[in-house]
Amino acid sequence: MIGGLFIYNHKGEVLISRVYRDDIGRNAVDAFRVNVIHARQQVRSPVTNIARTSFFHVKRSNIWLAAVTKQNVNAAMVFEFLYKMCDVMASYFGKISEENIKNNFVLIYELLDEILDFGYPQNSETGSLKTFITQQGIKGQTKEEQSQITSQVTGQIGWRREGIKYRRNELFLDVLESVNLLMSPQGQVLSAHVSGRVVMKSYLSGMPECKFGMNDKIIIDKAGKGGVTNEAGKSTSGKQSIAIDDCTFNQCVRLSKFDSERSISFIPPDGEYELMRYRTTKDIILPFRVIPLVREVGRTKLEVKVVIKSNFKPSLLAQKIEVRIPTPLNTSGVQVICMKGKAKYKASENAIVWKIKRMAGMKESQISAEIELLPTNDKKKWARPPISMNFEVPFAPSGLKVRYLKVFESKLNYSDHDVIKWVRYIGRSGIYETRC
Amino acid sequence: MPAVSKGDGMRGLAVFISDIRNCKSKEAEIKRINKELANIRSKFKGDKALDGYSKKKYVCKLLFIFLLGHDIDFGHMEAVNLLSSNKYTEKQIGYLFISVLVNSNSELIRLINNAIKNDLSSRNPTFMCLALHCIANVGSREMAEAFAGEIPRILVAGDTMDSVKQSAALCLLRLYKASPDLVLMGEWTSRVVHLLNDQHMGVVTAAISLITCLSSKNPDEFKTCVSLAVSRLSRIVSSASTDLQDYTYYFVPAPWLSCKLLRLLQCYPPPEDGAVKGRLVECLETILNKAQEPPKSKKVQHSNAKNAILFEAISLIIHYDSEPNLLVRACNQLGQFLQHRETNLRYLALESMCTLASSEFSHEAVKTHIETVINALKTERDVSVRQRAADLLYAMCDRSNAKQIVAEMLSYLETADYSIREEMVLKVAILAEKYAVDYSWYVDTILNLIRIAGDYVSEEVWYRVIQIVINRDDVQGYAAKTVFEALQAPACHENMVKVGGYILGEFGNLIAGDPRSSPLVQFNLLHSKFHLCSVPTRALLLSAYIKFINLFPETKATIQEVLRSDSQIRNSDVELQQRAVEYLKLSSIASTDVLATVLEEMPPFPERESSILAKLKKKKGPGAVSVELEDGKERGELNGGGDRGGDAAIAASNASTPSPSADLLGLRSAAPVSGVAPSAGSLLVDVFSEAGPAASSAGVNDDGFLSSTPPSAASEDPAPPLPESDELLNKFVCKNNGVLFENQLLQIGIKSEYRQNLGRMYLFYGNKTSVQFVSFSTTVSCPGELQSQLNVQTKTVEPLVEGGAQVQQVINIECLTDFIDAPLLNIKFRYGGALQNISLKLPVTINKFFQPTEMAAADFFQRWKQLSQPQQEAQKIFKASHGMDTEVLKAKLLGLGTALLENVDPNPENYVCAGVIQTKAQQVGCLLRLEPNAQAQPGEQMYRLTLRSSKDTVSQRVCDLLAEQF
Repeated sequence: MIGGLFIYNHKGEVLISRVYRDDIGRNAVDAFRVNVIHARQQVRSPVTNIARTSFFHVKRSNIWLAAVTKQNVNAAMVFEFLYKMCDVMASYFGKISEENIKNNFVLIYELLDEILDFGYPQNSETGSLKTFITQQGIKGQTKEEQSQITSQVTGQIGWRREGIKYRRNELFLDVLESVNLLMSPQGQVLSAHVSGRVVMKSYLSGMPECKFGMNDKIIIDKAGKGGVTNEAGKSTSGKQSIAIDDCTFNQCVRLSKFDSERSISFIPPDGEYELMRYRTTKDIILPFRVIPLVREVGRTKLEVKVVIKSNFKPSLLAQKIEVRIPTPLNTSGVQVICMKGKAKYKASENAIVWKIKRMAGMKESQISAEIELLPTNDKKKWARPPISMNFEVPFAPSGLKVRYLKVFESKLNYSDHDVIKWVRYIGRSGIYETRC
Repeated sequence: MPAVSKGDGMRGLAVFISDIRNCKSKEAEIKRINKELANIRSKFKGDKALDGYSKKKYVCKLLFIFLLGHDIDFGHMEAVNLLSSNKYTEKQIGYLFISVLVNSNSELIRLINNAIKNDLSSRNPTFMCLALHCIANVGSREMAEAFAGEIPRILVAGDTMDSVKQSAALCLLRLYKASPDLVLMGEWTSRVVHLLNDQHMGVVTAAISLITCLSSKNPDEFKTCVSLAVSRLSRIVSSASTDLQDYTYYFVPAPWLSCKLLRLLQCYPPPEDGAVKGRLVECLETILNKAQEPPKSKKVQHSNAKNAILFEAISLIIHYDSEPNLLVRACNQLGQFLQHRETNLRYLALESMCTLASSEFSHEAVKTHIETVINALKTERDVSVRQRAADLLYAMCDRSNAKQIVAEMLSYLETADYSIREEMVLKVAILAEKYAVDYSWYVDTILNLIRIAGDYVSEEVWYRVIQIVINRDDVQGYAAKTVFEALQAPACHENMVKVGGYILGEFGNLIAGDPRSSPLVQFNLLHSKFHLCSVPTRALLLSAYIKFINLFPETKATIQEVLRSDSQIRNSDVELQQRAVEYLKLSSIASTDVLATVLEEMPPFPERESSILAKLKKKKGPGAVSVELEDGKERGELNGGGDRGGDAAIAASNASTPSPSADLLGLRSAAPVSGVAPSAGSLLVDVFSEAGPAASSAGVNDDGFLSSTPPSAASEDPAPPLPESDELLNKFVCKNNGVLFENQLLQIGIKSEYRQNLGRMYLFYGNKTSVQFVSFSTTVSCPGELQSQLNVQTKTVEPLVEGGAQVQQVINIECLTDFIDAPLLNIKFRYGGALQNISLKLPVTINKFFQPTEMAAADFFQRWKQLSQPQQEAQKIFKASHGMDTEVLKAKLLGLGTALLENVDPNPENYVCAGVIQTKAQQVGCLLRLEPNAQAQPGEQMYRLTLRSSKDTVSQRVCDLLAEQF
């Protein structure tokens, strides 16, 4: 289990230090600073072993969060906790920065006491934490409220308190996906996958029971087998359903039900939370295609032409498009011409950055650049790093569709139809690279 | 050196550096560097000319980026351009870049070298210095190749500035250290040496470093520097502190130069020239005198400088080791330092005294400080100083103070630092052994040693004490008694149990008379330790028990009971189990006679160099080195025994032997060795039967223990030559090297070379056994008329030949005139008491003095005809005994020493040779013809050998010798 948790700033100064177990000494703080933060070589592994002590770290902007343990713990669990910790802190005081952490250190210690007990992760649901860890000083709590908190925290449904009431029962559902791609210069897909999240914001009264349905291949096939289907129905479902490689759920989802019936039913926490995470690797819609053309003219010149093609419905608009074309390390000057958007040579990043604000589907745009090189003495060839791309599209590249989200609340007098539901799809680029 | 003016301060560089310093993260730093690199690249693009200032600035930035750990792969060209600038700062930055980021690009190297050459030939001293510094900083082979010739010229040129000379000398030193083969001083040598006379002290200081390095490689060339150095030294030493203004350091005139001069002098023996030597002695005396003067300043720098010179002077005195007066004075001076409050000084004093102690002149003087040193050993805070004190005690120890020193070291051992304990133990053990007058003292000391520092007592130490006890019967009783008492301590170290087990097993009977140490008490005492010991010790104890059965039959029942117990006879350790089973059987089956024979007392160990000393030498140099020399002298007094012998004895307890019967013999693992004597082959038995009593001694040897061998009275006369010796002789007619003789004991190898009428023969006597040969002697005699024909001189060999060792003997032979017989070699030695006597013929034959002569066919036949008198010719027809391989025949004829003449005989099958035998009296020409009938059936192949020479005896003798060869 986690023995301690440290938060450092970029200089390696300790901002927060909380030790849960005696096997972690004071010197562990320094060990991490010396061996990771101040390491001569940049440490790329998120797990570092120093003197039989394991350090798991994540970095948020300039802040290092490190969990320390001497035991053989589940590393995935530790990282899950660290991410959750970041989420919780972000929901309390916004961006995780040195300034914010220094201003909120009391709150952070309070949180750490709550979400980790003797190194074992506890309830880390922001919504329920906020009911008893507040930023407004000590508020006189009535006995009822106290007993309510106790019964909620110790009860079966720790993530939702009773007696919530909304005048409008509303529900927001976001499908957020990031698509990762590595493509060869000839346009062959070398690897591609989508990792997605379903994030919900629910403002529902009482203790509603929800049921979530999507076009998961297994569910649809099952439904198809069980219900009345014809050939045509099967073929359409086959086209529209997607194969999910793996998925994880929020703690509120009844896993037993998912295992047996593959249906996702749950009592939602109040407010914002992440319902599920998933990953797909098949039948991915690649929103953009990048066609690079690099030509070396003599030793001192390089001509680069890059074409991007959008590959989705013309009615949709992609946003925040950014293409990053790496330049050789001996670049001495760059001239860029582009039809659309703005392009600039950024010397500090050794790349040409081409930005387009908006682009409709089934369009094409191109950039050409002349790169002047300084002849060097080294025979080393330029490694030609891949061209990378960033964008945001209003659909799910995996093809995931929300089929339904039903809400049942038997005790209160509202039905599924009274709930206002919003669904939004956002597809973003993850590591979207094309070799050149 | 012109200072960097304010206007030259590069603002851009300062801004860049402060930007980087202010970066919050590594990423930010990398971004800033990338931006700067792109900027520099665009500036260096080449389409616009940069002025020197910006070039310098950008090169500086590149250098800074490189020093931050990033790769720089451009900008070299710009840096090289800077080299040709006329501004000092620009040139300096250019050189800095080149020396940090030297690039092996050949084109660039050429440019760089060109720039350096230009600067070297310029008259501007700062530029020359910059170029020299660059060469020295790079110091690569390429640089050495390009400039090794140039720099000595600059160094000795009359018009070179002093500062440049300094740089040149140091640069040359650097190049010489990097690639000595490229720096050839040759004609510059004497002029470099004369730099010692330079006016400028800086030049002298730089030059002396160079000279010291050069002269340590080839001292002869730089011999002349000695007198110059002495005169320079005397000028410095005798100068007042105000004379050398710039070079006076805290009232000490030129301390660095003085130290270097003294160090240079240490490369050479004392000067032979009396005047020079007198002057040097005077200098050294002055230095010693100055040390006595009250300090001119209280500053630590003053005393440091003064002491540096003093210590260097003392090491020179020690190096010369010929001035008793100086040595004693040095010793007294060091004695004062022993009580100085500076720890460093005390350390240095102790260290120097160690070397002083080994000098015969100052040994006594060093000894007077024994109390101080002992005090230092006890009270010093710093362990390294204590270590030195221990070293010094070891070095100053001799017979007179051995007891005191050993006692002090022993008492110190109880509190000694762990890191030096093992070494201390070894030293105590060695000193105790070396200076032991009374062996009971020695035994006491070592037992004390084991008691105090048992963990640090290595195997060798306790092997040694056992060897000594076994070899010295006067201490055996005392040893048994002491060991018995020592074992009575409730907790005693395992090594003590080992020694105790061994000694009581051997000599327990000597103290059995006392009822307090009756056999049963002894056994119970030993056995009470049994269960606390490791397996090897238990094995040793089991052997001791079986010896007890032999010594004290009354303990038999008890011991058999112990052996029979499950913990022994069914021990999980195979070695212990085997011993238990075997010993039990042996004790119950064998009769007392057999038992007595098998379990006889160990024979004395052969005398050998102390294995402990070897271990100490291996472990550590300085302390031991000084004693090594004396060791040779003291060897005679040393008690015998060696690691091999020790191992053999211990093999009984340690070695796990595969077969049970072999293990029994393992008790006396010397058996195979001693058993050799009777089985040494028929040839030896022959000798013995003639020698009479020796035969009976061989019979006794059969029992395996040499201890009971009666003194053999074998005849001292040389034995007649071995029957095979003629055969042996024939083996060496055509070859010079090989094995002359070999039996189970001895192998004699031979190596010989001949030139004209002189020959030198190396005989190698190899002892094949593990036991040493005593009173080994060899004689070479020339029987009968050979005495007037051959002059043989031999060197005597060492009377001791260690087991497994080889000794060499050189024999010089001069051939006075031609001869027939061979000289006799007689070897005598005692092997385990039995006299061995071997006589051999030395393979010196007339043909060894052949000089090959090449001649044409016509020439050959002309001479052949000249030697037509019948007595000049010798002919033999004989059967081929070996077959007629052409190559073999040729090799043999060449080995004979003659020239093999090709294309002389009309019949190509025949062999023709010619040579001249060189004797002191005359030269005998010799022609040879060998005609094989190769076509004949194998078995019927014959040779006809014809020899013609100017002397009939020679023809006959060579013919006889050669006939045996084919």
